[in-house]
Amino acid sequence: MSNRTNRGEGSPPFTQVAGNGLLDRRALLGRGVLLAGAAAAGGASITGASAEPLKDDPWSLVMGSVSPPRQVPSRFEAHVVRTLSNPNHEFRNSHGRTPHHLIHGTVTPSALHFTICHSGLPDIDPEKHRLVIHGLVRQPKIFSLEDLARYPMVSRMGFVECGGNSAPMFSNEPIQATAQAIHGLVSNSEWTGVLLSTLFEEVGLDPKAKWFLAEGADSLALHRSVPVKKGLDDAMIALYQNGERIMPGNGYPMRLWLPGYQGNMNIKHVRRIKLLDQPAMSFYEAKTYSQITPGEKLWKFHFLQEVKSFITHPSFGHSLKGPGYYEISGVAYSGTGRIAKVMVSADGGKSWGEAALQGPINPQAFTRFRMPWRWDGQPVVIQSRAWDEAGNVQPLRADFVAARGQTERPVTNALAFPNQHYNSITSWGIDNKGEIKHVYA
Amino acid sequence: MSTRNLLLSLALTVAFGAGAALAETPGLGKTITEADIKPWNLDVLPDGTNLPPGSGTPAQGAPIYAQKCAACHGEKGEKPAPGYSPMVGVHKFDKIDTPKTVTYYEFATTLFDVIRRSMPYVSPRTLTDNEVYALSAYILSINKIIGENDVMDAQSLPKVKMPTAGKFIVRFPDRI
Repeated sequence: MSNRTNRGEGSPPFTQVAGNGLLDRRALLGRGVLLAGAAAAGGASITGASAEPLKDDPWSLVMGSVSPPRQVPSRFEAHVVRTLSNPNHEFRNSHGRTPHHLIHGTVTPSALHFTICHSGLPDIDPEKHRLVIHGLVRQPKIFSLEDLARYPMVSRMGFVECGGNSAPMFSNEPIQATAQAIHGLVSNSEWTGVLLSTLFEEVGLDPKAKWFLAEGADSLALHRSVPVKKGLDDAMIALYQNGERIMPGNGYPMRLWLPGYQGNMNIKHVRRIKLLDQPAMSFYEAKTYSQITPGEKLWKFHFLQEVKSFITHPSFGHSLKGPGYYEISGVAYSGTGRIAKVMVSADGGKSWGEAALQGPINPQAFTRFRMPWRWDGQPVVIQSRAWDEAGNVQPLRADFVAARGQTERPVTNALAFPNQHYNSITSWGIDNKGEIKHVYA
Repeated sequence: MSTRNLLLSLALTVAFGAGAALAETPGLGKTITEADIKPWNLDVLPDGTNLPPGSGTPAQGAPIYAQKCAACHGEKGEKPAPGYSPMVGVHKFDKIDTPKTVTYYEFATTLFDVIRRSMPYVSPRTLTDNEVYALSAYILSINKIIGENDVMDAQSLPKVKMPTAGKFIVRFPDRI
């Protein structure tokens, strides 16, 4: 105890930067400072933990089990799984949501990446899969996976987010659900593949080509229209996800990746790209991923996943074990570019403190934010709000609802999609017992 | 610089430039003809581009619908199986969560396209083009978008005026 106190001496004292105990993010810079903070906040609990003498546990006294060819998480992590919307495999779409409240950092493990499959997982033989590019081009061409694997490749971190992620928050009353249930349709990976511009160069674009459609090899032959502008900018035919071949649910053996654009446009199992002078108005762009906004204004081509953040730790499903030091942390991202700033509030938005951003900060990718916090045990409401480098700011809920509306009746089914493209702030209310609810503030 | 040297310099630049371009595109894609792509080339555009020959009427579509669509989408487009969308919808979208069905599409070509490429769900791409025209006609008809005796074909389908026609706002025009 005395050692810890000594280590803290000479360090700058914690400065409260916003209401209800939010501390200066510089407190995260040095480990010594953190230890001092822990001691100052909850010294009794630290000394209380080591009442018994140490001994070897059984696993420390025998040789462990065999190393498998492919690692799987510890059996104690069996609860860290995706939640499924269609576990009985009925003839309809199926969603698997990322457990944001149970993982950390910025990379979503591939096995936990969200998936939305509109007609199951196609069982594609990579040797037989082909990508054809045609339409308004000088010379239509067809590529095998083996061909594409020889092309110059790039690797980039980036998120994919369903246009319907966070849709339960269009409810007029807050749904009681985890960050996984509410925000589980966004994930972040390192994608490696061939830039589409490279392939466009090879087929030669007709100047009349303003759009292209991309189509998958799934049973629906799901297709979406994308402006050629995006295709030439940063679109990728991705072959790898976090270093290994793309998961079946994420588009094996190749997918279109459009950094920062609506998830459904990132066509999985892509087999055909056709250059067009007009958008195709496919089922998914004409209906599902088009929004009704108040006053019967209908929106189409909502390409961008706009600037957004949410707190993952602590959040619904967690509980705080008594007053003291905690780190508030979550993810921020923007389809426009890099995250510039994240502010955190612990008093329902009355005051805000700037969070530390974990580098490197990549464009169109998860940025982890962290905020040191000393909880005094009283009820609080914690929130995060993100800004991107283009100056876009995550809208406050009142402003968002004024512009985009909300339901007239509460949404009670977390799997419902009352509307699309929700990017306002999320508020977690923590009571004096440390229990966490989803609230609007 | 002499004329000869200038020409040599230009020739080298051209040669180098061509070499660099080749290095950027490995050129491994194989050429293919539009005729060979045809089995996959099913997309229909809003102006009717790529609509196939053939035709169908609501009366021709009704029995096909009853046999191949109603199990999921409901008899006559209403009361679908749990978890499925009805085929008959409203013409007004004044609430943010108004259910969207065929009446929401800006263009009738979307309906033809999705039936031809994706339906029936358990056996996609098994309908004939005449069947797809007939089903499109039937579904448009039960939604009171076309008349009971209207014929749908490559000329008439793109001209169908949908309830939402002209109502859509492009969200990010600068990105097109």
